Amino acid sequence: MAEQLRMVEAVRETLRAELERDDGVVVYGEDVGRAGGVFRSTQGLMDDYPDRVFDAPVAEAGIVGLGVGLAATGLTPVPEIQFQSFLYQGFHQLAQHVARIRSRTRGTVGCPMTIRTPYGGGIHALELHSESFEAGFAHVPGLKVVFPSSPAETKGLLTSAVRDPDPVVFMEPTRLYRSFREEVPDEHEIPLGEARVVDAGDDVTVVAWGSMLRETLDAVGDVDASVEVIDPRTIYPLDTETITESVRKTGRCVVVHEAPRTSGMAGEITARINEEAFLHLEAPVERVTGYDVPVPMFAREDAYLPDADRIAAGIGRALDFG
Amino acid sequence: MPREDVAQFTIESVQVLSEDGTVDEGLVPSLTDDQLLDLYEGMKRSRRLDERAILLQRRGELGTYAPAIGQEAAQVGSALAMADDDWIVPSFRESPALLARGTPPHRILQYALGMEEGAEIPGGEGALPPAIPVGSQPLHAVGVGWGEALQGRSNVAVTYFGDGATSEGDVYEALNLAGVYDAQTVFVCQNNRYAISTRLENQTNAETLAQKAIAAGIEGIRVDGNDALGVYRVASEAIERAREGEPVLIEALTYRRSMHTTSDDPSVYRESAEEDEWEARDPIVRLQVYLDDRGVLDEGTKSEIDERIDAEIAEAIDRARESREEVDPADMFRYAYAEMPPELERQFDAFGGGADG
Repeated sequence: MAEQLRMVEAVRETLRAELERDDGVVVYGEDVGRAGGVFRSTQGLMDDYPDRVFDAPVAEAGIVGLGVGLAATGLTPVPEIQFQSFLYQGFHQLAQHVARIRSRTRGTVGCPMTIRTPYGGGIHALELHSESFEAGFAHVPGLKVVFPSSPAETKGLLTSAVRDPDPVVFMEPTRLYRSFREEVPDEHEIPLGEARVVDAGDDVTVVAWGSMLRETLDAVGDVDASVEVIDPRTIYPLDTETITESVRKTGRCVVVHEAPRTSGMAGEITARINEEAFLHLEAPVERVTGYDVPVPMFAREDAYLPDADRIAAGIGRALDFG
Repeated sequence: MPREDVAQFTIESVQVLSEDGTVDEGLVPSLTDDQLLDLYEGMKRSRRLDERAILLQRRGELGTYAPAIGQEAAQVGSALAMADDDWIVPSFRESPALLARGTPPHRILQYALGMEEGAEIPGGEGALPPAIPVGSQPLHAVGVGWGEALQGRSNVAVTYFGDGATSEGDVYEALNLAGVYDAQTVFVCQNNRYAISTRLENQTNAETLAQKAIAAGIEGIRVDGNDALGVYRVASEAIERAREGEPVLIEALTYRRSMHTTSDDPSVYRESAEEDEWEARDPIVRLQVYLDDRGVLDEGTKSEIDERIDAEIAEAIDRARESREEVDPADMFRYAYAEMPPELERQFDAFGGGADG
């Protein structure tokens, strides 16, 4: 039966369902057990599954590295890294081992781990609690990188991530955890690598994911044009077809992300549009992104994060070109 | 009382077979003659493979190779203490332990020939592939040891690393996590005195490496790493403790007699007098003297073993060379993901991989 849930509740109910479905699923991470996670996304799970939900010491390399061994014994690790910026402390394990083990053993050992991590700004958090390093993760062959943008999307994508045979970095937009409720079906699986056309339109395509999808939908409301909004949902693998098909129709594209601009995913998406739909373009692909600066503390955070105004301005530039 | 000692620790050191080949009868592990010969043959096989591999590398046939000459007792002694279904989680210098655990020598050569085939783990073999980053793999061993415990099995994971690795944060995280999760894990630190050129005294100010266990709340013990019987004894006891969920760190004091890898020249950073001193403590010679005295190893058996090993290694070299001829470059696309994502498939097609399959 479908229920009205917030994103944080959708995470919890998905984990509960996967723990119930598969007794190989192991959930662990700092504060995920007794406290139920600092965002409460694992609340109550330890009570119901005391043998498979664990608190972990503050050791991000350890939390990631343990997954290689747990997976080798046949388990499905689903660790949480409390804030994405602290995954930097485990990035070497991710890049040196987790992502490569299938390749270097020629398919004999995999790592079906899903690393959940809240990311992004907009919650007035401490320094180093607001980053979006997705392009860094997408740059590591062997990983998949997934972004839910709503409670129902969370259910569908997290279910698929946990069941995926390869390692997934699951980026949960912190600012959407409690921002709205949505009907979330009980059984729900969204295949990784398939984009969603959120709004259909003819004049311009806007690609946005995670928390930026919400900002984009706000912006589109103020734009006097027919806007097609696409949520890629996974940035690796990226559903290039859905994006390029849309650009062939609209001839114009804006890519929105809150990560810094240089080497960000917008550059990659622009390159793919150039490869697949160059002759259909009527304007250069616009990028609306964070700046190439460390994400500022919250007194300046709003100036850093793309908002509806900046996105609307970007859409305007794409529409006005030529 | 404002000031008092609240904790005190000691580190025990074990030696069973002394440098002159005599044993402490009270500590000798109960091994049959066949097991003793396995220990000897395992050490000889590894030594021979290393010697041949160095020559092959010098001739340009192999890539960089990390020999373990001098460390055979620390590895073979501990590997033979494991049960068949225990796990080995090696670094990049573990050919003695891997060979002793049944990895065929051609696989070690394939890896040195730059082929992932050498790191392939057929199902149920209970091994993870060599780990190149220093000190990263003990965490995987804790994952294995914890995973086995969670599934109610008693298999342990034995992981190997060197003295240099103890400076890496991951090793400390691994020791700590093993203690927290009662992971069925044994850590074998081979203190071979050098991390490439960095001497132990530049690596740590700690008196022993075994004491690194103390801060993590697990047991640490030191053993003479050139004493195969001592290592076997200490490792057997550690593995049994680990089966009960009590992880152990073993520091095996040894010496890397040859180079860090074939790209390294140890004459730049160490004196030949020191090398001579350790040559005299060679682990194979030491066990040989003991086996001679005990009447287990006569000249006939010795040459039989040498001939068998020579034939095996020669065959392994042929096999590795032949497999090099069959390398399909398109394989690099096939194993990155369980199922090839579309963008990779496009790259694969552009590479020409799609044409034949």
